[in-house]
Amino acid sequence: MAAQTTAEGGQLVDHRDGREVVLKLRGVRTQFGDHVVHDKLDFDVFRGEVVGLVGGSGSGKSVLLRTILRLNPLRAGKIELLGIDTRAVYGRTERELLSHIGVQFQDGALFSSLSVADNIILPIREHAGLDEGLMQSIAALKVALVGLPPDTGDKKPSELSGGMRKRASLARALALDPAMLFLDEPTAGLDPIGASHYDELIGQLRQSLGLTVLMVTHDLDSLHAVCDRIAVLLDKRVVVGTMEEMLAYDHPWVREYFHGPRGRAALKQA
Amino acid sequence: MTVNGGVSTNPAMAEPHPTLRFIERGGAPVLEVGGTWTAFTLHDLRQRLDKARRAAPRGSAAKAPHAVDATHVERLDTTGALEILQLAGGPKAAVETGVKDHAELFEVVKANMVEPVPPRQVDFLARWLEELGRDLVDLGKQIVSLCAFVGEIIVIFLEACVSPKRFRIGAVVQQMFEVWVKALLIVGVLTFLIGVVIAYQGVQQLRQFGAETFTVEAVGISMFRELGVLLTAIIVAGRSGSAFTAQIGTMQVNQEIDAMRTIGLNPIEWLVMPRIAALVLSMPLLAFWGDMTGLLGGAVACTVYLDFTLVQFFDRLRDTVGIWHFYTGMIKAPVFGFIIAAIGCFEGLQVKGSAESVGQLTTRSVVESIFCVIVLDAVFSIIFLLANV
Repeated sequence: MAAQTTAEGGQLVDHRDGREVVLKLRGVRTQFGDHVVHDKLDFDVFRGEVVGLVGGSGSGKSVLLRTILRLNPLRAGKIELLGIDTRAVYGRTERELLSHIGVQFQDGALFSSLSVADNIILPIREHAGLDEGLMQSIAALKVALVGLPPDTGDKKPSELSGGMRKRASLARALALDPAMLFLDEPTAGLDPIGASHYDELIGQLRQSLGLTVLMVTHDLDSLHAVCDRIAVLLDKRVVVGTMEEMLAYDHPWVREYFHGPRGRAALKQA
Repeated sequence: MTVNGGVSTNPAMAEPHPTLRFIERGGAPVLEVGGTWTAFTLHDLRQRLDKARRAAPRGSAAKAPHAVDATHVERLDTTGALEILQLAGGPKAAVETGVKDHAELFEVVKANMVEPVPPRQVDFLARWLEELGRDLVDLGKQIVSLCAFVGEIIVIFLEACVSPKRFRIGAVVQQMFEVWVKALLIVGVLTFLIGVVIAYQGVQQLRQFGAETFTVEAVGISMFRELGVLLTAIIVAGRSGSAFTAQIGTMQVNQEIDAMRTIGLNPIEWLVMPRIAALVLSMPLLAFWGDMTGLLGGAVACTVYLDFTLVQFFDRLRDTVGIWHFYTGMIKAPVFGFIIAAIGCFEGLQVKGSAESVGQLTTRSVVESIFCVIVLDAVFSIIFLLANV
């Protein structure tokens, strides 16, 4: 079934409302060998919003995230991140661009040989080069900001639980107050209480730090709790809309996803 | 670009920077800040601070002002807010802001400000003693678990002797392909080259006494007794012992070993025994192959430097080098194989948690097995000396 996109950037209804486009994908294609994962994909993220990216297993959510972050080759199309065309960025501009984005990988991807505090300091040292004492207090601040106990900073990643690793990884992603934050399944593997605390945390940080967030998630509760808009990967393209628009959208997978037993339960709660 | 975090690509634009002044307002000291306070603009704050302190009215910069006028701040991030609060004496400072976003940011930072924990100061001797004690305890634990490990291997071996189908023949064959067949080329090439080198050195040195024909004995005895098997053991420790540790260690990290235990498969029986059996069988085969290629290397060198024919070389070898020289080497081979495989598997099972520990233990496994091989080789020399062979 062809997606009945009406507005720019895969949107069902235009939500731009004069906001700056922080992330802009046009005609993106990714493929591995003969296997085409995305084709002619358009997608926009506006400043200050939280967008949840969902899709069936194997629909290429993480692949899309990796493509945006240039960890996968882009076969066709164009990606603009913070107004910069990422196909031709190198040198100083590249460093500057990278210093303004933050990524939390699924299992944390903390550097195992460094303490949590050193993990947080690493991007600061690399990009800003501040006073050692100030960097230590920034690390302590970020540790507290993501809700970890103060002694976590001295610990090695292997001494942390899965949930704490995710938070520590978020602290590293927030090290330089990024303009755009990417989260890969941030609540997967957390218990429901931990997951809803995490959602609250993202909501708060987004408010106070003015973050723009793109999160890959399967957690329907997260979609309700923090996401302004939802991007669904369907037939190698992205369809974006608010929760209401998605509930009204006519596509078998979308109906199954949002109107299935879990979708209904999450909706009732919200 | 004034938006928070926007990337400025225009180098001609004036570098944004923070400003600060210590002033007095209504008799109370106030820190007045402005400009851009982000992580990217604070690298030369120290100089600006010194300048501001010098320019401050007498006495007012001596202590923290506890009041901040931040109405002129254009851009702010958590790093900037943190630094401003620290200059103002901590989270209790009263901050006046112009923008609501900045006020919120200050509130967030105030709520999460913690004194960084200073690193624990322990004097050198105490720390050294602590480390020494820890190492000794670890060593003791290691020895105990190694004994338990060897015991378990023996028990499972005896059990398997009773019910032979518990020897996993398929796994043994597969491992032998890895550790024997695939090692033939490298072992052959290296021992061949060493054979050439020894023959060349032998000819050079022995020619001084006119005894260059004894090169054949030098090559034969050194290859058979020591070099063939020792070189092979070191190569095998490097390529197979390390592989065992890495394979089993990775399985440990992936919880595959735990999964095996819950299914009722004993990892010693399924993973360790086939590897040990494969290496105990493969080492003599490889050592024999190493002996032969080493001799061939020596023979080829002798044809070049001594004008021997290959037939002359091997005739002399048969007449002068006794068969026991060959046996002493061959006796050592399966023992070395056992040690290398046992250490490789043992260290693999010691892996805990992270991928980093796989790397550490792989290194340790190679070092330990080469160390043990050489120590054992010395022990064998003494035994053979006493047995007069």
